[in-house]
Amino acid sequence: MAKTTSITNTSSRALSVAREWSADATLRLVLQVFAIALMAIIVGFFVQLALMAAPVISSMGVAGFLFDNNWDVAHEIFGAWPLVVGTVITSVIALIIGVPVAVSAAIYITEFAPARLRSTLALLLDLLAAIPSVVYGLWGVFVLIPTLKPIERWVASTFDFVPFIGGAVNGPNYFVAGLILAIMIIPIVSAISREVLSTVPLAEKEAALALGATRIEVIRLAVLPHSAAGIVSAVMLGLGRAIGETIAVTLVIGNAAIIGQSIFSQGYTLAAVVANEFGEAEPGSVHSAALIAAGVVLFILTFIVNATARVLIMRRTVKRVSVADKVVA
Amino acid sequence: MTTTIAKKGMNLTVKNIQAFYGESKAVKGVSIDFPANKITALIGPSGCGKSTLVRCLNRMHEEGSSASVRGKVLLNEENIYGADVDPVSVRRTIGMVFQKPNPFPTMSILDNVLAGPRLSGDRAHATRKHAEQALRDVGLWAEVKHKLNRPAADLSGGQQQRLCIARAIALEPEVLLMDEPCSALDPISTQRIEELVLRLKKRFTIVMVTHNLQQAQRVADRTAFMLDGELIEVAATSNLFNKPKDSRTKKYVTGQFG
Repeated sequence: MAKTTSITNTSSRALSVAREWSADATLRLVLQVFAIALMAIIVGFFVQLALMAAPVISSMGVAGFLFDNNWDVAHEIFGAWPLVVGTVITSVIALIIGVPVAVSAAIYITEFAPARLRSTLALLLDLLAAIPSVVYGLWGVFVLIPTLKPIERWVASTFDFVPFIGGAVNGPNYFVAGLILAIMIIPIVSAISREVLSTVPLAEKEAALALGATRIEVIRLAVLPHSAAGIVSAVMLGLGRAIGETIAVTLVIGNAAIIGQSIFSQGYTLAAVVANEFGEAEPGSVHSAALIAAGVVLFILTFIVNATARVLIMRRTVKRVSVADKVVA
Repeated sequence: MTTTIAKKGMNLTVKNIQAFYGESKAVKGVSIDFPANKITALIGPSGCGKSTLVRCLNRMHEEGSSASVRGKVLLNEENIYGADVDPVSVRRTIGMVFQKPNPFPTMSILDNVLAGPRLSGDRAHATRKHAEQALRDVGLWAEVKHKLNRPAADLSGGQQQRLCIARAIALEPEVLLMDEPCSALDPISTQRIEELVLRLKKRFTIVMVTHNLQQAQRVADRTAFMLDGELIEVAATSNLFNKPKDSRTKKYVTGQFG
């Protein structure tokens, strides 16, 4: 009898404990609130911007704002196409120049550099990120533009026949802006790539080595497959920075709201136009709405780029597996 | 004597090998013979240098940072540490299987098996047929033939280890080094690997590091006992376990330390 009572007591106590709020549940709730708040901020931010951009959409239409090649503040015509094109061109140039340098540097530092050199190199690369962007812009204006101009002229006349290369050369232009952006994205792309590369399991590298792989083959066989997705994310972050970079670009791109004939023509980007014209735009005017819309486009652009990258990663993984079989068969 | 189409393994002779991690010496001048087509087990307590020794046999040890090796390893009279010898070619001739199964996880099962022949540009062996043979040799073919294009990460641990053995033997090496190949596996997978190793010794010289004394007794023709970076004793397996010459060997094999 006594025994039964004690069992009943124990089980009822156990039940009451279960009903109490546990620390886990509280933590879970707090984290949930933060996570939802984060999403709410992003959505709210987007909605707010879209509302503020409404006047320009009602006057131009979405397609008109995006694809009209005419940004004329005086006549209140806001077709952002030249800005979109400028943003894409400068970012693409930045990636073409910056990513190979950044990834090579990361591979060199993690796989080849002697241990002593490793930390020094990494530190120097990280320091590049510490330079304020306005300094890059000024360096672009006073050093890069004058130095590059004769070279750009030579390239433009020698490779005249190549589309988007030949033609007149402006001092400030897409290429200079892209080059500056390349230098600016190198530290972040390289640092994240380095991080990713250093997580490749030693076991996989040794597997390749033990099969008679050379250092380069180890990288191809074990290191890159393991870090490809991470490197793509690094590139995406770099792209995000390139797309959104404002002050350095505005100093070296010429700020002309037209689509240049070649990469050596002057142009404009979405971020640069917002920085330059926001001071002059009257609050509540169509002009200020147009600038906010430019911001929304930037927002969406980064979003699309990111989504595309993710899809590419997924498809790549599937493809690698199926193609390999066909080669053998 | 029967003629076999398969290659015969080669003798591996170790002469006074010393292996270092920076200044500290992990292997202190070991000399030992690994006769062709025999299984030699390396036993000894953790940290005795048996894994390091095995990694000196295909020049893997020197890949570690600040690691170095002194001494000679002769593969049929040719020193693999000779001045004009490319470590890459050594590793193609002396294959290795690791403690933890380490297939290339995103690569397909088939590509894993063919990774070696493809690396060495050996087109004759980089074929589906050759892969099938290697997978049959390790007893994995029936389990994977319908999913050769699936990533290797889909397989169980025991299957992955057999895949790694298939990958190593697809290169047709002379010697197969196995560094505790069963320590991450369950007893049934272990048994399958042991049976496989016994079959493979017809074609390869096998050196197997193991922590499992019963395993050494089950599969090894010869067993070597190491302690503190030195080779204490090497003998036919039954002799080493039943009539050890050295008191330290006796203590170890009778479970008094280690």
